[in-house]
Amino acid sequence: MHEFSLMTGVLDAVEISARENNASKITEVKLVIGAMSEVLEEAMDFAFEALSPGTLAEGARLTMTKVSPKSRCLACGEEFEHDRLHFACPRCDSLATQLIAGKEMYIESMEIET
Amino acid sequence: MEVKLKKPILDLNNRLAQENRELMAARGIFVLDLLASPGAGKTSLILATIEALRSNYRIAVIEGDIASDVDAVKIKEAGIPAIQINTGGACHLESAMIARALEALDLDNLDLIIIENVGNLVCPTDFDLGEDAKAMILSVPEGHDKPLKYPGVFQVAQAVILNKVDTLASFNFDEGAFKESVAQLNPHAVLFPLSALTHEGVVAWAQWLSQRIEEKKSCNS
Repeated sequence: MHEFSLMTGVLDAVEISARENNASKITEVKLVIGAMSEVLEEAMDFAFEALSPGTLAEGARLTMTKVSPKSRCLACGEEFEHDRLHFACPRCDSLATQLIAGKEMYIESMEIET
Repeated sequence: MEVKLKKPILDLNNRLAQENRELMAARGIFVLDLLASPGAGKTSLILATIEALRSNYRIAVIEGDIASDVDAVKIKEAGIPAIQINTGGACHLESAMIARALEALDLDNLDLIIIENVGNLVCPTDFDLGEDAKAMILSVPEGHDKPLKYPGVFQVAQAVILNKVDTLASFNFDEGAFKESVAQLNPHAVLFPLSALTHEGVVAWAQWLSQRIEEKKSCNS
């Protein structure tokens, strides 16, 4: 349940940015979460519901875009999508691959009312 | 109105981790973040590692636990400086906690800091503490299928330690299947089967760590 720590960071960041933009209210918070992170969407929803009351994001919609894991083969250069458990290159079977997407954890944007 | 942020959720944690990393780089101290589930043998392995390395290196330990100081007491009884962090319920350590612990250590007289993270195979993996390497321990009684259930922690670990190999005969643990799944999840990880209790295999682990400590020191000199 490290999602409470993560959501505290999200709410602090959107609150600061909303005030800089003279927002009266945040109506939507959009996050991008890689499938290779240890973030559970349900736990993020729960943390948002628990922590947002009393902030500018109270009542806002939380949306999370999931990014599928993607790797590049260091042997043949192939770029391929895969699941959380299998990284071998589908073209040359090499295990020397590098993750290029799937670890994302960032706040993409928010919708505000001024 | 839409406001673009493009900001890492762990922005603050990552920035403080980078500060920790720079502080340690300036002093040539190697920092190891040790992850495992409760009871896998983190403290026992730290004590065995201290015994193997204390004649060559100056060591300190940062103990992360939800509550209590029993682990830090054990380390201090071995004559090694230990700082206890109580997370008060949090399931992982964060870089700000490490920054505070570093303030309490004599950084001019250290070569190695071992951070014992909170016993958990999930939450600590996403948090950069400013360490040089994360290592993880799986113990034989936990079962050989754990890499498939907790892939994240096996993927962030530079070293994977299989502890309690002295109990292999008592458990239905398929070492071949375990090695295969670790190799598939993280081909770069170095695997150390050992027993912190009997010290079997501890030498190989200590040698790997010594090499990393030397690399860090030479970067600084």
